[in-house]
Amino acid sequence: MTIRPDSDRSLFLSFGEQISPEAHQLVRRAVQALHGTRGILNLHPAYTSVLVDFDPHLFDHEQASALITGLLEAHRGDAPPPERLVEIPVSFGGESGPDLPDVARHTGFSPERVVELFTRPEYTVYFVGFSTCFPYLGGLPPELATPRLSAPRKHVPVGSVAIGGPQAGIYPIASPGGWRLIGRTALRLFDPAGTPPPLLRMGDRVKFIPEALT
Amino acid sequence: MIAPGFLTTVQDLGRFGWAHFGISASGAADPVAFRAGNLLVGNAENAPALEMTLTGGEFQFEGDAVVALTGSDFGADVPPWTAVPVKSGQTLRCGASRGGARAYLAMRGGLDVPNVMGSASVHVMTGVGGRSLRKGDTLKIGGAWVRAARPPARQAPQYSPRTALRVTEGPQAAWFGPELCSSLYSVSEETNRMGIRLKGPALTNPGGHMITEGVPLGAIQVPPDGQPIVLFVEHQTTGGYPKPANVISADFWRLGQIRPRDEVRFELVAMEAAVEMLRLQEEWLYSI
Repeated sequence: MTIRPDSDRSLFLSFGEQISPEAHQLVRRAVQALHGTRGILNLHPAYTSVLVDFDPHLFDHEQASALITGLLEAHRGDAPPPERLVEIPVSFGGESGPDLPDVARHTGFSPERVVELFTRPEYTVYFVGFSTCFPYLGGLPPELATPRLSAPRKHVPVGSVAIGGPQAGIYPIASPGGWRLIGRTALRLFDPAGTPPPLLRMGDRVKFIPEALT
Repeated sequence: MIAPGFLTTVQDLGRFGWAHFGISASGAADPVAFRAGNLLVGNAENAPALEMTLTGGEFQFEGDAVVALTGSDFGADVPPWTAVPVKSGQTLRCGASRGGARAYLAMRGGLDVPNVMGSASVHVMTGVGGRSLRKGDTLKIGGAWVRAARPPARQAPQYSPRTALRVTEGPQAAWFGPELCSSLYSVSEETNRMGIRLKGPALTNPGGHMITEGVPLGAIQVPPDGQPIVLFVEHQTTGGYPKPANVISADFWRLGQIRPRDEVRFELVAMEAAVEMLRLQEEWLYSI
């Protein structure tokens, strides 16, 4: 692991440059070890890194860095956080997945075959970020990778299941977005009036269950 | 609430501890004016207060209260940066801003509003914490004062349409040349609590490969078109664009006072200098 200042109130913890299940486990364990520590205000996990926002009225970079490395060391032997399997029912194609035909065209498969390939694996929530509980899913079959739209949509409906390059994701709130929409789930990943945790958390496994292909 | 103004929301100092769910802290856009307002009326500095944007609201009080208006001058009929009593039935009117972008109305006792995930801050984009205020809304003043009201603030900040923002080097600073700090930028109309979009000479984006990573408040990110965006209080928690620099904590309040069409330039400072500037700002804040 390397650690370096990012802003005047944050440190960047890097676990390498390669997206991998191993790096993901290190990120997960770091978040578990650091979460809820006095003076650590926010943790931003990503594929191979964690950005740590600290309270600049309590620590400087050196002190925050010592605190972090100490905590990671102290929690090195902890059991990893439990993994859950979450099933997501999805209606594919039609109005729910307007880009399914484009994905089929790009990949050379029929829409039915795209759905079959897409729903076969178990995905891993690498991290939750971007904007409000957006799960970044690893495990998309490489043959389904499809480039993002050249111009993002202004409005992506809530619950849209999407492919963006080699990644898959689910839009937790209606928002702009540039990923290819292939289906939609009625499950709510996030309730703005409620209190998290959101439906999907870092490290969860996800299985998509096809409801219908329209 | 007789008239809400352009965008009036309940704010505190932010909702911390949820970035790993993609929820940024939100909170007052100008934390210095916000905290000063609470200190002036004798509240804890995190007590919920109202943030007004560009054009202020009109408020009728259904009981006696003590209030303070801080931040930019919105042409209100009470003196700014001072705790003032208002009588039951009295109306407080604010108009269009005459300086910066935001003003705060703090009430002695704070606002009695529910906390969502530990904070009263309205995250406008997602609706976490509620929504912006509308005509006819009523808000209850709370009982969260902790000391006597303070005398008027000395040396209230001045807001100018030309802002110099001090920055420290960002994580991808080495990818960029010195252009960021030698160019003048104009603030785009598409500026909001998520990000301050700038228009000016395009920064050469090296287009190197970046893995999506966590991004902090004040980060300056450069998308492929080379026009920098300063990530603001409702920013995304992760991003994949390179970041040549980061606005220093002591200048976050300036971000909250930037208006569309203002002129912005950047000035590079060392990390240690940024930390010292924040310390001096805290000293000033507690001296008012």
